[in-house]
Amino acid sequence: MKKIKIQIDNREVEVDEGTTILKAAEKLNIHIPTLCHHEDLCIAGNCRVCVVEVEGANLLSASCATPVMEGMKIHTNSMKVRNTRRTILDMLLSEHAGECTSCTRSGNCELQTLAGYYASPDNALLDISIKSKPDTSSPSITKDDSKCIRCQRCVRTCEEIQKVGALSMSGKGEHAKVSTFFELPLNTVICTNCGQCVTRCPTGALVERSYIDEVWDALSNPDVHTVVQTAPAVRVGLGEALGHDPGGRFTGKMVSALRNLGFDAVFDTNFTADLTIIEEGSELLARLTNVLTGDKSAQLPMFTSCSPGWIKFIEHRWPHLLGHLSTCKSPQQMFGPLAKTRYPEATGVNPQKICSISIMPCTAKKFEADRPEMRASGFKDVDYVLTTRELAKMIKQAGIDFDALEESECDSMLGKHTGAAVIFGATGGVMEAAIRTVYELVTGRQVPFENLNITPVRGMEGIREATLKIEGTVEKYRFLEGVEVKVAIAHGLINADKLMEAVNGGNAPWHFIEVMACPGGCLSGGGQPIPTSPDIRAARANAIYEEDASLLLRKSHENPEITKLYEEFLVDGPLGHTSHHLLHTHYTPRP
Amino acid sequence: MSVLATVKTVIDTEGTARHNLLPVLTSLRSKLGSLSPEILKNVSQIMDIPMAHVYGTATFYSFLETKPMGKNVIRLCRTISCDMHGKRDVLNALEDVLAVKNGETTTDGLFTLTETNCLGHCHEGPVMLVNDEVFSSLKPENIPAIIDEIRKKR
Amino acid sequence: MSEDKINKMQEKINLIFSDCEVCEVVSQALAEDPEQILKMLLVSSLRGRGGAGFPTSLKWKFARQAPGDRKFVIVNADEGEPGTFKDREILEKVPYKVFAGMAICAHTIGAREGFIYLRGEYNYMRKTLEEQIQDFHNKIAGKLDFVIKIVSGAGAYVCGEETALIESMEGKRGEPRNKPPYPVTAGYLGCPTVVNNVETLVYVTMIMKMGPQHFASLGTQHSRGAKVFSISGDTPIPGIYELELGMSLAEFVELFGDGDTKAVQVGGAGGFCVPRKKFTETIIGFEGVPTGGSMMLFNSTRSMYNVLHNYLDFFCEESCGQCTPCRVGCQQLRKGIEEVKNHSLKPVHLDVLKKMTDTMRYASKCGLGQSVPNSFNSIIDNFREEIIF
Repeated sequence: MKKIKIQIDNREVEVDEGTTILKAAEKLNIHIPTLCHHEDLCIAGNCRVCVVEVEGANLLSASCATPVMEGMKIHTNSMKVRNTRRTILDMLLSEHAGECTSCTRSGNCELQTLAGYYASPDNALLDISIKSKPDTSSPSITKDDSKCIRCQRCVRTCEEIQKVGALSMSGKGEHAKVSTFFELPLNTVICTNCGQCVTRCPTGALVERSYIDEVWDALSNPDVHTVVQTAPAVRVGLGEALGHDPGGRFTGKMVSALRNLGFDAVFDTNFTADLTIIEEGSELLARLTNVLTGDKSAQLPMFTSCSPGWIKFIEHRWPHLLGHLSTCKSPQQMFGPLAKTRYPEATGVNPQKICSISIMPCTAKKFEADRPEMRASGFKDVDYVLTTRELAKMIKQAGIDFDALEESECDSMLGKHTGAAVIFGATGGVMEAAIRTVYELVTGRQVPFENLNITPVRGMEGIREATLKIEGTVEKYRFLEGVEVKVAIAHGLINADKLMEAVNGGNAPWHFIEVMACPGGCLSGGGQPIPTSPDIRAARANAIYEEDASLLLRKSHENPEITKLYEEFLVDGPLGHTSHHLLHTHYTPRP
Repeated sequence: MSVLATVKTVIDTEGTARHNLLPVLTSLRSKLGSLSPEILKNVSQIMDIPMAHVYGTATFYSFLETKPMGKNVIRLCRTISCDMHGKRDVLNALEDVLAVKNGETTTDGLFTLTETNCLGHCHEGPVMLVNDEVFSSLKPENIPAIIDEIRKKR
Repeated sequence: MSEDKINKMQEKINLIFSDCEVCEVVSQALAEDPEQILKMLLVSSLRGRGGAGFPTSLKWKFARQAPGDRKFVIVNADEGEPGTFKDREILEKVPYKVFAGMAICAHTIGAREGFIYLRGEYNYMRKTLEEQIQDFHNKIAGKLDFVIKIVSGAGAYVCGEETALIESMEGKRGEPRNKPPYPVTAGYLGCPTVVNNVETLVYVTMIMKMGPQHFASLGTQHSRGAKVFSISGDTPIPGIYELELGMSLAEFVELFGDGDTKAVQVGGAGGFCVPRKKFTETIIGFEGVPTGGSMMLFNSTRSMYNVLHNYLDFFCEESCGQCTPCRVGCQQLRKGIEEVKNHSLKPVHLDVLKKMTDTMRYASKCGLGQSVPNSFNSIIDNFREEIIF
C-alpha cells in the first residue's frame, strides 16, 4: 500500500494511504479528543470535537474523518484548535441538560470527562437544553433526550451492528433529535433491548432501566429470601466497573461481594448453562435423528436461544422461521423456575417468599424476565435483573472494599459449574460447550481437540463456520456415522441476519447455529461496563477462556450437580416432561 | 384503494431501492395527504428500511408532513423580502378568513395554514404556495377571493 | 434613467436569456474532443454560479479523470437561498440551454445519466420540464447516449449543498457528507458525479456557442464573465438581471436603490450585509463580496434586528442539525440577540457570540454553518445599536 508522509505537531510520521489524521496521530501517541467517533462504528464526523489545523487551510479538519495527504502539516494543539475545541464543548454543554450529580453515567461520562479538560470555566453560552421526560417504557433501556448530544452513535450502532434501526435522527436543525418511529415509546417499537446503544452512548441519554432500589428493598426485607445468579460474562466484566483493567477474572470476589450484600443464597447461572447444554444438545440430537430418519417436520438448522436480543430480533424480522429456534430457555430462565421449585423443595424455604435476582451482562435479560411465558414456577421466575454495572454500583453503595475481599465459592445445589458453562460468555462458547458434550454422547470419546479447545469456533469474525466429522459412533447414534456436522456462529445481529437470509432462501448447509445478539457475545453485552472496543472485547474473551482452562471439569455433562438434578428432580430426563414444563418455552411472532 | 394497496402501487412505480424513498414518500404525500404511521410502516416493510429511518427521513423534509394536514396546504413565505412587503398583514388576513392560527388546520379539514422558507419569488412578494400553485404580490384585501376560489375548485 | 442604463448593460451581455439554437451547440460540442472542452472552460475562467465559485473546468476534469463506468451529471436546482430566484427564471425561460449544458458535461466526463434536482417549491414546473426534456431527448437522439430525469426535493434548504443533495437523492436525510471524498470521485451511488448550478450550465452552453474569450472578456480578473442577479427588497425595480461581475456596490445601488438604501445584503442569508458607508469600496465578485446572485436592498425604515432575526430563524430551522457548531451555534445566536434586545443580557454578550462564530466558521461540517457568521458579524459590526436598542 502507498505510504504517506506527514507531520503532526512538528513530528514526522509515515502511514498507509487512506489513514485518517486521528489514526496517524495515535501512531505518534498524540491524543486527540473525540466524541462521535467509535472504533466499532462508521465515521460520522459530526461532533467536531476532534478538529485539527492543517497548514494552508482556513477551515479546521475533523481528524476522525479526514484522510492524510502527502506533505500535510497538522497541528493538534494550536491556539485556533484549542479555542474551537473549547467552544464546541461549551456548545454541547449548552444543549445538554447536565444533571451530573444524579446521572447514572457520572464518573463514566465522556462528555463530562472532556468538559473537565476542555470546556470554559465560565461558559457564557445560554442554556438551550430541552427538558423532556425520559422514556421509561422499556423494561431494559431508559432514553433521556435532554442529555443527548446528537453524536448518533446509538443510531449507527443499531443500524450497523444490529440491523435493527430502532433509532434514527428525526427532524432537522434545532429540532434534530434521536427518535424512534413517530417518537413512540421504546417498548412499542422494534427494539431488541440489546443495549448496544447504551454501551456506546457517551452520555447518560441511553442507560439501562435500573432495578437497584427494588433489589435493595428485597435485601432489606427480612421476610424475603433472596436468591441470586450471576451470568458467565459478569465475572470478566465486573472488575472494569470497579477500576480494574479489562481482562481480569473476579469470580471468587464477586461471590463474596454478593454474600456481603446480603443475598441469602448465591448461585450461578453457569449451573444452568451446563443444564442448557444437556437439554439443547439432546434437542439437537433429537432433531438430527428426525431429519436423518426422514421426518420432514423437524427443522434444521437449529438455532441457539440463549440471547434474548436475538430472540426478539427473529420474532420481529423472521417470524416464520421461529421453528428453527431451540425451545430451550436461556440459562437465566432455566435458573428462575428451579430457584422457585427445586430449591424450596430441597430446603423448605417458602417459594412465595423467594425473590430471584439475576446479575447479567445484558439489558435484554430484563425484558426476557418480564415475558409472560416466564412463569413456569407459578411465580415470576426471575424477579429482577441487574446489569454488571448495576452490581458494581451496589458494591460501591454498600462500601465494600472489593479488592480486599476473600474469594469464595457459590452455594451448592444450583451453583456448581464446568468450564463449558463459563465460555457461554464469549461468542462461539455455547457452540463449543455443545460440541464437547454432544460429540462425547455420540461417540463415547472426548472431542478430538487439544485440551478440549475447539479453536475453529472461537474468535471475533462476525460469522464463523466449522465442520466436524462424526466417526466411531456408539450404538444409539449409529445413524450419524460418517455424517459431517456443519455448524455456524454469528454475533452481532447484522451477521445473524445474513445467516437468516440463507436459511430463508434454503441455502443453509448447517445443522446447528449459535447466535449472540451482541458483538463478541455476552462479554460485551449491553449491561457490561462501558466503554467497549475490539481490544476490550478481546481481553474479556481471553479471561473467559483462561477461566475455562483453569477448571478441572470442562464438559457440562460432567457437572455432578447436574447429574444429581436429573436423578432427584428432572427424573424423566432431558426433554422429559418436567424439563419440558420448566426449561423449555415457545416464541411469539411480532411482525 | 386501501392504504396498503396505494403504497404498493407507488413503490411498484418508483422502485424498491433505498434511493427511491424520496419519490415514494413525495408521491404518497400527495396521494394520501400526510404520511401517517400506517403509511410509513408499510413503506418500511415493503422497502425493507427500518421504520425509524423512514420516519427520520420524512421528518427531515418540510413538505413530507407526518402530522395530519388539511386538504389544501397554504405555505406563506416568511423570508425577509416578503416580510418587508406586508407578509404579516397577509398572514393576519389568512388567519381571519380561515379562522385558524398559523400552523393550524381548519375544522372542515380543507386548509392548513403554515409558513415556509424562501419560495423563490422575492421580487413579487408576499408570496404563498397553495399545494403546488404560486400566488404572488399578495394583498390582504385579495385573500378572501383567493380562498373562495380554491374552495370552489376543490 | 437608470432603467435605460440597466437595459444597455444587459444588452451588452445578453448571454443567459438570449435565443440559442441548442441543437447546433450540442452538435458542435459533441464534435469536440472532451479535452478541448475542458480547455475552453479553463480559458473562459468560468466558476460555479451557486455561490462557492469552484472553477468549472477543474470540477469536470476531476470527474473525467475519476475511474468508473457509471458517472452522473446533476443540476442543482435546489435554489433556496433567501432572495434568490434566478434558477427558477432560467428553468422557466431557457430550459433547453440547461439541458444542453448537461449534455456537454455528459460528453466531457463520460456520463450517460443526468438529473435535475428540482426543489419541492418549484414542483409546479415539473410537468412542463419533463415534456421539454422528452423533446430534448428526441433532438439529441442518435447523437448522444444521455438521459435526463427530474428528482424532486421536498423542502430542505441544506440539500442545495452538493453532498446533502446527493444524500437526498439516495433516499436519505439531507445531511452533508464528510469531504473528501468529493462528489467528482464518489458522488451519487458512489460514482463520479458533477453537481452544477443551473446558471453555470447555461454559461457552459454559451461559452461553447460564442467561444471562451467572449465570456472571459467580461468582468474582472478574479471574477470573469457575467452573473445573473436576483434583486429584491427596497428597490423600485425588483427582478432578474444579468450583469457583469466586478461592479461596485455604489454603482449597483445607484442603479437599483430607492434613494434611501442603507444596506445591501449580498448573497442571501449566508452572505454579507454591506452598510452604506462601504458601498464604494465593495466590489461584487470573488475579490469582494461573492454572491450566488441574491441582492437584497434595505432602506432606512428597516430594522436590521428584524433582518438578522429573520435569517437566524431560517438557519435554526434549515441547518441539518448533525454537526455541533451549526446546530447549537445558530440557536445560540438567535437566543443571544433576543436576550440582548430585551435587556436580559448585557450588550457585551454580542461579543461572546461573535467569538463563537469563529468556531462555526472553522469547524462546521459544510458551507451552511460556515457561512452563518457572514451575515451575523456584518450586521452586528455595522448595526450594533439596532440590535441592542
